[in-house]
Parts: sequence; structure tokens; C-alpha cells
Amino acid sequence: MIEVTNLTKQFGHKKAVNDLSFTVKKGEVLGFLGPNGAGKSTTMRVVTGFLPPTSGEIRICGLSMVDQPEEAKKKIGYLPESAPLYDGMSVRGFLRFCADMRGLSGSAKAEAVDRAIETCFLQTVHRQAIDTLSKGYRHRTCLAQALLHDPEVLVLDEPTDGLDPNQKHEVRNLIKRLGKDKVILFSTHILEEVEAACTRAVIVDQGRIVADGTPDELKAQSGSDSLYDLFRKVTTTDTAPAKASADA
Amino acid sequence: MRNTWSIFKRELGSYFSHPIAYAIIIVFILISLGLTFSFGQFMRSGDASLDGPFFFWHPWIYMLLAPAVGMRMWSDEQRSGTIELLGTFPLSPWAAILGKFLAAATVWLIAVGLTFPVWITANILGDPDNLTIFSGYLGSYLVCLTFLAITMLVSAFTRDQVVCLIVAVSICVFMVLCSYDDVIRELSNVAADWIVEPIVSIGVWDHFRSLMRGSFRVLDFVWFVSLISACLLGTSAILSAKRA
Repeated sequence: MIEVTNLTKQFGHKKAVNDLSFTVKKGEVLGFLGPNGAGKSTTMRVVTGFLPPTSGEIRICGLSMVDQPEEAKKKIGYLPESAPLYDGMSVRGFLRFCADMRGLSGSAKAEAVDRAIETCFLQTVHRQAIDTLSKGYRHRTCLAQALLHDPEVLVLDEPTDGLDPNQKHEVRNLIKRLGKDKVILFSTHILEEVEAACTRAVIVDQGRIVADGTPDELKAQSGSDSLYDLFRKVTTTDTAPAKASADA
Repeated sequence: MRNTWSIFKRELGSYFSHPIAYAIIIVFILISLGLTFSFGQFMRSGDASLDGPFFFWHPWIYMLLAPAVGMRMWSDEQRSGTIELLGTFPLSPWAAILGKFLAAATVWLIAVGLTFPVWITANILGDPDNLTIFSGYLGSYLVCLTFLAITMLVSAFTRDQVVCLIVAVSICVFMVLCSYDDVIRELSNVAADWIVEPIVSIGVWDHFRSLMRGSFRVLDFVWFVSLISACLLGTSAILSAKRA
């Protein structure tokens, strides 16, 4: 499980994440919603140990990310927002490298790589060089690396970004399926995804949580049974100051 | 240990799947041996020790070429975002730093090693002290590693490969020039001893020259190893500072 307590992350003067607390238990899929710049990716980067928190605590399955980073990182599979890959490698070569990084070897490694290729539908491209892949395949290759070691916790930053409707459908189904016995935290802009894949959702704005509940609870909160309306109501837009001065 | 090895394998594979490793190796061999037989006057001087004709040129070549191998070390990762993968894998930062450094060092080991025909030639044409020649190769390789370590440190600072190359080359050029005899002479004419001495101590010539001549001084190894270690430690510090 993921336990985030009073997390603050500051870059210079700017507080990207401001006293954020939430928990995700096994079997839960938590959707992280919010406008751009709300602090979703930063939160995920701190949760996965890429960035150190300015203050607050992160516990992954009881292990502190600050005090025991290597142990805690073993529990997590992470898909970063940009789906980064090593362009010069083949899909299989890249996954084998990631399997090495995850401590897998021998037949366990071969099995894990085959399984990940199958789960993410990479069979037709597994020998291809990564720089020849389309966006959808690149995304799925990066997702495959997150699944290699069958982690207890999955942190996915905009996992359906840039995918076509078919691919979006596949990924959402995958998340739902995996969510049954894992802890999944994923971020998205796409409100229908929340209803499709999440058991709970949180709306983040300017580094703070402004709404929290199951998709049904959130829709009830909006007053008009619409997540879109709730989102518009509780978050600030970055066009607000410009509009205010235009009106004045 | 395992992680260092995995990263080392990946990096080495990456060097040899791009033209860069081949270009560096070929260019180094051509230039170093070309200089040996032309300006080095290997045949005319009849000097089988390889000091003057061969080893002398190496720092001058390394100061320009070594940064070309090292400049992509961290800049690439930061640019493509794969640093986020490395930062979330369960490995210590040192595994990545050492793995990358050793891979670049191996590329250069191959480049330097492939100049062995000149060693054989010296043995055929004359009767050199082979231990001295070995010591010269060691000194030369240590200078190369030092410049690679400096490049790695600079690469951790910036996302831009070209900036990294320019800054690293400038530092390496400074380190080669500042302890070269002619430059020291000029400097002493212009500045006081207390300015000249610290500048000279940063330079590679003194330490390289003694190894070139076959004297294994502990002080030289200490100098090279401390500089390399300081750069690797600095790299670790910069990489974690960037995220904090």
C-alpha cells in the first residue's frame, strides 16, 4: 500500500505539492485528477523515489521511501509521464535490461520478459528497435517495464496519453484487471477514465487535494451528477488572472 | 555490483551501436600513430623508448577527444527522460555512475590498446625497456581516465551535449597547458611564484612525465586517483542536488 502523509515538495519558492496526504490500499485503483501544473507528476515522482520530499512521509508497503529507498523501490513499478526509453535498444533488449535492474536473472528473467510482452501486446514488435516504434507501442513498452517484476504497487503517470481509442480501452481494462490484487495510482486528464477504471479518485489543484471520493460520491458532490462540473468548480484555471484583468 | 555490471553492459552496447566508439578508436589510432611517425620523428630519432615520439602526444589528443566520448553520459539521460527510470530502479546512484564511467573507460582502453603495433615495432627495431613502455601506457591511460571523469562531472551539470563538450574540453586544455614547460616559463615571467605553483599543480604533465619515464611514484597514482574519485563524488552530489 501507499501511504503519503503531509507531503510537501518545494522548488525554490514554489510549492508544487502542499501538505498532501492520501492512502491507497491493496485492491484500490486511485485516480489522480487535476489541471496541468497541479502537482500530480511531482507527487508521483516523490512517491516513486525519484525526487526527495521537502517534508512529509512516504511509505510503500510499510517501508519508508526516504530511509529505505532501495527496498521501497523494489515494490513499485513506475510509468513516467514521458514514457522514456533507450532508443538504441530493441524492445526485448530494453525489457531484459530493466529485468536486470529489477534483480531478475536466468529463466525468471526470460519468463518475466515474455509475460510483459504478452500483457502489453508487444509480440509483433519485440525485436524492433525502439526508435522505429509508434507512440502507442513506445508507451506500451514503457508500461511493460513497469510490470516486469510483478510489483505490488503500480504508479502510472498518464498511462493513456496519446493512445488511440482502441489502445486506451486496452490499457484501461488492464488497469482494472491488475487493480484487483495490486495497489494502483494513476493520473489522468480524461474524466471518463476515472469512471472506467478507478475505485476512488482525488482531484488535486495547486498542490492540494480539493476533492476525494469514489467516482459516484464525486459526481454527487458536483450537484449535477457530472465529474466535469465538479472539476470545473473546485479547480482554478490558469486563465483566471488574465480574464480578471480583461474584465476590469 | 550486479547493477553496475548491467549498466556497464548497456552503456558499452550503446557506444558500439552508434558510430561514436568506432570513430573515436579510429581517429585516435590514426592521429596518435600519424603524429608518432611524422612530427614525432620516430624513425629519425631512433628512440625505442617511445617517450618523445609516441606518448608525448597523448595528453594533447585526449584533451580534445576524451570529452567527446564522455559528453553524452548524463546529458542524454536527462534529455530523453530515462534518468527518471534510473532514479526509480532499486539501485544505488553509485551503480549508475560507476557503470557509465567504466563503459567509457573500456572504449578508451580499446582505443589505446589497439596502438600495440607501435610497441611491437619498437621491439623489432630496437631494444627498449618494456617496463618503461608499459608505465608510459599506464600514465597515458590515467590521463585519459582523468579527463573522462572531468567530462562526467560536467555532463551531470547540463542537459546540453555541446555545452558539456566545450566546457569539458576547456578544462582539459587548461590542465594540459598549465603544466607544460613553455607555458610555465611564460607564466613565471609574468606572475609571482605563489600564483604559478598552484596552477602548475593542477596540470597533468608532471605526473604523466614521470610515468612516461618509467618511475612509479606513489604521489602520481594518488594524484590521478584522487582527481578521478573527486569527480565521481562530485557527479553523485550534483545529481542528487539537482532533484532536491
